[in-house]
Amino acid sequence: MHVLFALGPGESSLDAFETALDRAIEADDDLTVAVFGDAADRERLAGQAHDRLADTDLAADVRELESEPAPHLVELAEREGVDRIVLPGGERSPLGKIQLDSVTEFVLLNATMTVTLIR
Amino acid sequence: MTGADEPADFPTPPREFTDADGREIVVRRADDEDREALVELYLDFDPADRAQGIPPVAEDPIREWLDAILSAESFNVVAWHGERAVGHATLVPDEAGTYELAIFVLEDFQGARIGTQLVRSLLGWAQSAGVESVWLTVERWNDPAIRLYKKVGFEVSESESFELEMTIQL
Repeated sequence: MHVLFALGPGESSLDAFETALDRAIEADDDLTVAVFGDAADRERLAGQAHDRLADTDLAADVRELESEPAPHLVELAEREGVDRIVLPGGERSPLGKIQLDSVTEFVLLNATMTVTLIR
Repeated sequence: MTGADEPADFPTPPREFTDADGREIVVRRADDEDREALVELYLDFDPADRAQGIPPVAEDPIREWLDAILSAESFNVVAWHGERAVGHATLVPDEAGTYELAIFVLEDFQGARIGTQLVRSLLGWAQSAGVESVWLTVERWNDPAIRLYKKVGFEVSESESFELEMTIQL
């Protein structure tokens, strides 16, 4: 299966990435990591993703989405025949409420393939 | 106070009233001794009334969550029917110095104006303590809650996402 993981600047992103990575290794999936955020975020996150992937035998690549990450994520997934988009499952408000960011909302509503939120 | 932008005059707790079903209800500030009664309230809470992942369902997560929201920086009021906690409203500070609000009322006590009394008392307490801005998020389909918040004086401040965000300036 070809999995696209969306790695943004959110607090829970790297934890979710670890979970997605473990799952991809277990299932021997192809993994594409799409990095988004501002230029500094993208550089940092792409570096961290490359470092983690270097420790594995996974067939994986890292892409940077420069602007409008949400529609570009969905477009990338369509173009490359991705089977599943995987995203972090939202941040918690001060009171503990789950809040989905706009990228997650857009992907949930517009993706034509299965979407998984990691919690 | 006549201007539309003047802050509302909210009461401060404690408050005693008779609810719409004739039950005697008292709203008081929460203290540490109320913790077990609140655990009971949340164990009795209808899972269908959960919103955005809170309150948690199992006892241990309920206790952890209560530890976080009953912290010294927060404001908490409880609605009591006799010895039983039947409602709870909380204000938790965020990093911007504003406060997030939520209310919880047991199913059998909903629709009896207890939620309104809880929110008004909580806002009165916060107002007297110098809190200036309070926000909340609510699911778009939750019409009873949205009506309650509008009646109290909240206005929609963000409607682009799955949940509505509403804000009131005190």
